[in-house]
Amino acid sequence: MVNTPTISKDNIWSILETVTDPEVPVLTITDLGIVRDVILHPPLGDGGIEVIITPTYTGCPAMDMIAMNIKLALIENGFQNIKITSVLSPVWTTDWMSEDGKRKLKEYGIAPPNPRQQVCNNDLFAAAEAIQCPHCNSHHTHRISEFGSTACKSLYQCDDCKEPFDYFKCH
Amino acid sequence: MMNSPLIDYTLHLADTTLILSQRNAEWCGHGPILEQDIAITNISLDLLGQSRNFYQYAATLIGGDASEDSLAYLRKEREFKNLLLVEQANGDWGQTILRQYLYSQFQYLLFEKLQQCNDAQLAAIAAKSIKETTYHVRWSSEWVIRLGDGTEESHTRMLKAIDELWRYTGEMFVPAAYETIVEVSRLKNEWQQKVMNIFSEATLSIPEKMFMQNGGKNGIHTEQLGYILTDLQYLQRTYPGAEW
Repeated sequence: MVNTPTISKDNIWSILETVTDPEVPVLTITDLGIVRDVILHPPLGDGGIEVIITPTYTGCPAMDMIAMNIKLALIENGFQNIKITSVLSPVWTTDWMSEDGKRKLKEYGIAPPNPRQQVCNNDLFAAAEAIQCPHCNSHHTHRISEFGSTACKSLYQCDDCKEPFDYFKCH
Repeated sequence: MMNSPLIDYTLHLADTTLILSQRNAEWCGHGPILEQDIAITNISLDLLGQSRNFYQYAATLIGGDASEDSLAYLRKEREFKNLLLVEQANGDWGQTILRQYLYSQFQYLLFEKLQQCNDAQLAAIAAKSIKETTYHVRWSSEWVIRLGDGTEESHTRMLKAIDELWRYTGEMFVPAAYETIVEVSRLKNEWQQKVMNIFSEATLSIPEKMFMQNGGKNGIHTEQLGYILTDLQYLQRTYPGAEW
């Protein structure tokens, strides 16, 4: 017999904080800033929960998996009647990523996104912005390709330690 | 199938992004170097995501059993409303790049307007997508310049690509009957100006007079589309409802 836990939004958020991005497992979905809202139907009622999420990139294949993992995490914690809704507006940007998330990304070896206004430069052949190497902290790096192993990353290489690394690009 | 200008228009946007996505995906594993193979397939993935959003919206407008999958996999060639430009063959890398650039530059201007339109869902999809399109425009512009102003060989190939593809660009600015949300004819001057700037850096020029092909928006396609759909729809046609 499963006891229906007392539902509070804080309760749900703390569970969501344990759900990670399948492509970047050090980041939780709350670090990424893709959980927009949690709605209780009816408030404090019998277990109806709606989680509103927003995609990072339109084609990101991780989104379906994230939606499934949210459901699983809530079910494991005794919740039922869960609905995941994806909304597009307002548009997700890398500025929504938490400071904690940026720190964890760097420790994982992925350079975290710089603030948008600083780097979203669309000029042709624009000098690649100074991205700090997550391994040796040098700013002496260059971009190899604007497109990387996943939609959200580009490829860089450090000119000092020579290590290639991913940069979570500004969006 | 239910018809309305909004449904037809949404399908036109969905089909155009799907077919270009499918074309770019043909490069997977065949790109000139690994990084550019990854780039063109990333662009393919972005376009696929955009098309899914449009198809999902079209499916809710149509109602009933319609789904993003039924719309992509079970409509016939004459029902597809994509631009002729995006169904053209990949050709060499230069032709793929030029096709991407001519479309992305147009898509950027179109979505700038679309994100301000009165239809909330189309506006939301456009606002989301234009951030991706911004990367596509820059990447493809740089390649047009690199190849046009590159070697004699690459320059010659770009001339050939322009000769091949230019005739399919006129259609973008000729509105179909259902195309009332954004006035595409008003995007033409700005598009041409931007293309001219990139072409001039690339030591290329816009053809002065060329007959323009029309029809894609109304389901009259070039020979190319049938072959694409044969590949794209084979599985669902042969094994209806197959999942994996």
